[in-house]
Amino acid sequence: MANPAFHRPDMPGLQPVEETKVTPAPVLRVEPLLRASNGELPDRLFKYAMIACGLAVLGLLALIIFELVLRSNLSWHAFGFKFFGSSNWDPVSEQFGAFPFIYGTVVSSLLALIIAVPLAVGVAVFTTEMCPPFLRGPLSFFVELLAAIPSVIYGLWAVFVLIPILSDHVEPFLAKTLGWTGLFTGPPLGVGMLAAGIILAVMIIPIISSIAREVLLVVPQHQREAVLALGATRWEMIRIGVLRNARAGIVGGIILGLGRALGETMAVTMVIGNSPDISRSLFAPGYTMASVLANEFAEATSNMHLSALVEVGLALFLVTIVVNTLARLLVWTVTRGQPASTHA
Amino acid sequence: MPEAAGIIAVQHLVPPISLRRRLTDHAMTGIAILTVIVVLVPLVAIFGYLLFRGLASVNWAFLTQTPRPPGEVGGGVANGIVGSMMILGVASLLGVPLGIGAGIYLAEYGRDRLGDAIRFTADVLNGVPSIVIGIVAYAIVVLYQKHFSALAGGVALAIMMVPTISRTTEEMLLLVPQALREAAYGLGIPRWRTTLSITLRSATSGVITGVMLAFARVAGETAPLLFTTLGNEFWNMRLDQPTAALPLQVYNYAKSPYDDWHRQAWAGALVLILLIVSAIAAVRYAVRRGNFGAA
Repeated sequence: MANPAFHRPDMPGLQPVEETKVTPAPVLRVEPLLRASNGELPDRLFKYAMIACGLAVLGLLALIIFELVLRSNLSWHAFGFKFFGSSNWDPVSEQFGAFPFIYGTVVSSLLALIIAVPLAVGVAVFTTEMCPPFLRGPLSFFVELLAAIPSVIYGLWAVFVLIPILSDHVEPFLAKTLGWTGLFTGPPLGVGMLAAGIILAVMIIPIISSIAREVLLVVPQHQREAVLALGATRWEMIRIGVLRNARAGIVGGIILGLGRALGETMAVTMVIGNSPDISRSLFAPGYTMASVLANEFAEATSNMHLSALVEVGLALFLVTIVVNTLARLLVWTVTRGQPASTHA
Repeated sequence: MPEAAGIIAVQHLVPPISLRRRLTDHAMTGIAILTVIVVLVPLVAIFGYLLFRGLASVNWAFLTQTPRPPGEVGGGVANGIVGSMMILGVASLLGVPLGIGAGIYLAEYGRDRLGDAIRFTADVLNGVPSIVIGIVAYAIVVLYQKHFSALAGGVALAIMMVPTISRTTEEMLLLVPQALREAAYGLGIPRWRTTLSITLRSATSGVITGVMLAFARVAGETAPLLFTTLGNEFWNMRLDQPTAALPLQVYNYAKSPYDDWHRQAWAGALVLILLIVSAIAAVRYAVRRGNFGAA
């Protein structure tokens, strides 16, 4: 018997626990003490070790914030808020303004959302509400497979497949039909903001649609039945009974997709053209915050250049934190309280 | 025929659905099907091109040789495959225990405000762009070592693995019935032993699936490696030296001006995907066999 405190005689009924065998042991005899503490000291050590692991997660976030603030100090003191409004990025004369990168990040991400949201919501609605059951599993598996492809492979595909299609067919067509808007003018290079928006859209569709699917699935079945019983068609049932109830969660999924698009690096760097220009035309090349880090960080030699780049990283970090927090809160308001959900 | 009359009466009670509403319904169904097709096209195209362009270029030399100088035809990515494995090994060694530990804390002890704070932080960390994590790894490892290294890349990827692993581990541990824990306590098994040998063991396959998801996510990461491991054209087996990595090679080859390197970029991408998929498949297979007969 490993633990005398749990010893029970083979008799039914309540028996006093034999504590006396353990407690009066002389202090010098270590063995009974160890046995008495069996389950206490190791338990405490284990608990502290696990708490340490948990605290390490908090520590990681603190470390990220600390390092970013520390290393961007130099640039922050040199440029202040002007850093985010100026368009002059000149490593040679050590003048840094991040506005073109912020502009590029925002425009490419919004473009991606405009393309991705209708498609992702459509896929989610189809897989939850319309699709024959035998297709449901494989379909969501294939869409989620898109999320498993590394970013660099999306970029590779975009460079060699998407961009030739854009420059040969799509962009001339857009220039001819929609050129008057000013959004589709200039040489159809393929490389540029439009390509970045499209490849980002392909990358965030799985995120948005899997969260939208999750949210649509927790809409109670009786909502659908009630609307159908009133004589609604299937689409009216989806619009009134399902989408309206799931609205907040779908918006949360969209914002989560936005968070991913803002920080996406490799695929965008490979197709956006990497030129810090601000142009109305979507055919024109641009630059994003993540791309400038990818292109210049390893080669930055001066402390000021490095510090300015870290400040770009800090800005990117803060924006994604805000966006993700907002998204989490929205998704939680919908899925919270469901038995399947483990979010407390 | 009283029954038929009844049916006719009910049908008269329900107004017929107007043509406009019926057409809208059909149109919306059509649009939903169209979105699915539009989404599946790039997926099929990406895998199709990967297989088509990649399979044509993967050969023995590609898998066993190191890169040739720019412009020369031939060479391979053997050093990148080994380098990626080194970096991922470091990342797993650091990230997996930490992530599982945090997951155990969240599931077994973290029913309080500290637990909620950690849960929220993990979710937030999950959304931090990988390139920002790269900056942090650069600041804490590269700046101290004074040069780029495989270790720095491993640290960056480990930071990315922790939040995913901790949240999936927590979810899996919470699925283990409370009665199982109580049964263990009732036998006099201490709590730590119960957690490790009963709870964690029952959830093994789920926990490992979570670990593999995190692994697959970081295995293809390129951005945080750009300025941590940097890349290397030659063999390197030391953790404190710049090291080649397969995703970095795919990136560098894709943006190079040489046709032969473009060919190798496709081949490298195919090898990368296959390595990720086979690692996941192998572990899942092993878990399924190891857990045979267990709950």
